[in-house]
Amino acid sequence: MSKVVYLDNNATTRVAPEVVAAIEPFLKKYYGNPSSIHSFGGRVRKHVEKAREQVAALLNASPEEIIFTGGGSESDNTAIMGAQALAGPDKRHLITTRVEHEAVLQVGHHLRELGYRLTELPVDGKGALDLDLLERSISADTALVSVMWANNETGVVFPVEKIAEIVKSRGVFFHTDAVQVGGKLPIDLQKVPIDFLALSGHKFHAPKGVGILFVRKGIRMPPFIRGGHQERGLRAGTENVPGIVGIGRAAELAASDLAEVAEREEYLRGKLEEGILASCKDVRLNGANRLPNTLNVSFEYVEGESILLMLDDLGICASSGSACTSGSLDPSHVLLAMSVPHSAAHGSIRFSLSRYTTEEEIDYTLDHLPAVIERLREISPFVQQA
Amino acid sequence: MWDYTDKVMEHFRKPRNVGYIKDPDGVGEVGSLACGDALRLMFKLDDQGRIADVKFQTFGCGSAIATSSALTEMIKGKTIEEAEKVTNQDIVNFLGGLPEQKMHCSVMGREALEAAIENYRDGTTGQKKLEGRVVCVCFGVTEKKIRQAIRDNKLTSVEQVTNYTKAGGGCGGCVGEIQDILDQMLADRDSGAVFDGREAAAETGAEQKLTTLQKVKLVEKTIQDEIRPELQRHGGDIELVDVDGDSVLVVLKGACTDCGMTRFTLETLVQPKLREKVSGELVVREAY
Repeated sequence: MSKVVYLDNNATTRVAPEVVAAIEPFLKKYYGNPSSIHSFGGRVRKHVEKAREQVAALLNASPEEIIFTGGGSESDNTAIMGAQALAGPDKRHLITTRVEHEAVLQVGHHLRELGYRLTELPVDGKGALDLDLLERSISADTALVSVMWANNETGVVFPVEKIAEIVKSRGVFFHTDAVQVGGKLPIDLQKVPIDFLALSGHKFHAPKGVGILFVRKGIRMPPFIRGGHQERGLRAGTENVPGIVGIGRAAELAASDLAEVAEREEYLRGKLEEGILASCKDVRLNGANRLPNTLNVSFEYVEGESILLMLDDLGICASSGSACTSGSLDPSHVLLAMSVPHSAAHGSIRFSLSRYTTEEEIDYTLDHLPAVIERLREISPFVQQA
Repeated sequence: MWDYTDKVMEHFRKPRNVGYIKDPDGVGEVGSLACGDALRLMFKLDDQGRIADVKFQTFGCGSAIATSSALTEMIKGKTIEEAEKVTNQDIVNFLGGLPEQKMHCSVMGREALEAAIENYRDGTTGQKKLEGRVVCVCFGVTEKKIRQAIRDNKLTSVEQVTNYTKAGGGCGGCVGEIQDILDQMLADRDSGAVFDGREAAAETGAEQKLTTLQKVKLVEKTIQDEIRPELQRHGGDIELVDVDGDSVLVVLKGACTDCGMTRFTLETLVQPKLREKVSGELVVREAY
């Protein structure tokens, strides 16, 4: 494949060249173990700690509040199970939403099987939560509220600042899956009273296999991997030094030009969105109040996988909430929760941009997409024949 | 990323016989927008009774389009009797294989062909009717279709049944029932019994003679106990408006109202359930 127009950055991102450069010495030369007594290994330690400071700076948190993990899913799992354990045996109620990532949803379902009470809050047609309902759902036995900061499929941003205030005023633990927000929108953990927050490195130009769990100072988190003193004894195992150095550098890079990148992405996303709405009939925009980089649209009467395969032939990478692409038979739970009709959910496509997306790539996509939709509609039995 | 064969991709990229025949001898339609795939197959015969022209229109994934295209190539030039012998496995073989999770595409092709031939023979609507008891409510899959897929493709697990028919792939509520059908058929297969007898039995619904009051009460009870919980699981709801003779008037609510699946919900869930529990003569309509 020659040309690649990568518009699937909510799935994963390119590792930034600056990040590759930062990691390289730790693969080639400085392979020592940070826990070693000898200086060859021991001096690697300070690079791990530097990375912790870089991540803390991105979140306006303290370095000791940052735990390195194996990724976003691990961070989500750990936060929820940890909070349930800390809340004690009398608090067996978890509140979350219907549109969470599977890494939260399935932990909730697991706890429900263990006898916990699970509340999954609905969203409206635009993907928004009812905060009054959220507040009313909190009861004396609620251990944790876990609400994502932004949705991976639609980009809809939840008012986590307000939600955190509500939850903390009731003395309940609050966790947020911020995987899609990290490096895209400002996060200030001095201001927002969040207890736990999950990030994933490869969503903001670090390599795969490294993530962050923020745990607020004062919370006595139980160990989640036993067998060593690493990460303050919470997560045993020799550190993923290249990954950690990489996520540190990626955090620094994101912090350096966050607003500027967001503005550029929003401009390009707007151009793509307007272009699609202008050139294709029977299109529906999914979600309001979104991340600057995400566009989720449904093309009626055609199916998502077919669109993706045709785009793939043109070198354009996107994703779909259609059933066929996921291997399941029901379309995206996020779109269904928003009452998007099945027919439109099957034809949904997500485009997600990054700091590396160019205007030329958006133009190229706009040049070719309408013909793909047109071609598939010619084949579709649901489009009236002329 | 699916592991599609080159032949599948070739038929997807350049589908044969896409289009519409104005005055066809046979039309078959299966699937729906809500299910995620649908196929309309049309053919015209020549003087010798061979399929001279065949066209299709498909809404669906890459393999749905490819299997439709392949099917048209396979039946072109054949007599009805020859075309009738094409199985879903033949379509799969023609394409050099399909991913397991996509086998239902080949079954859809086979079903459209059956419906088109039925339409040619007896002038039925050409829309594949639901015959017998619906097991999978999410995708409107009948016990008959499940049994046929198990028999034709020698299936041995629920996962395979889902791959071939979609049954069990939605809310998962019918997985236990599919397992029961499978267990029974595997036991029969081992003992050398013939399946067809049971299939015939599966098609006959319950028939009782009821007074008007009994009928209304039974309709109410069935909606309350069996239909509402199912709809509520999907964020919807239902209300009984009236029962007039064999005509039942209902209103669908909640997520059902604007989901475009209302006709589908009535056809695959409400009406079959009421026919099964109350009377085979009932017709369910939506009140506006």
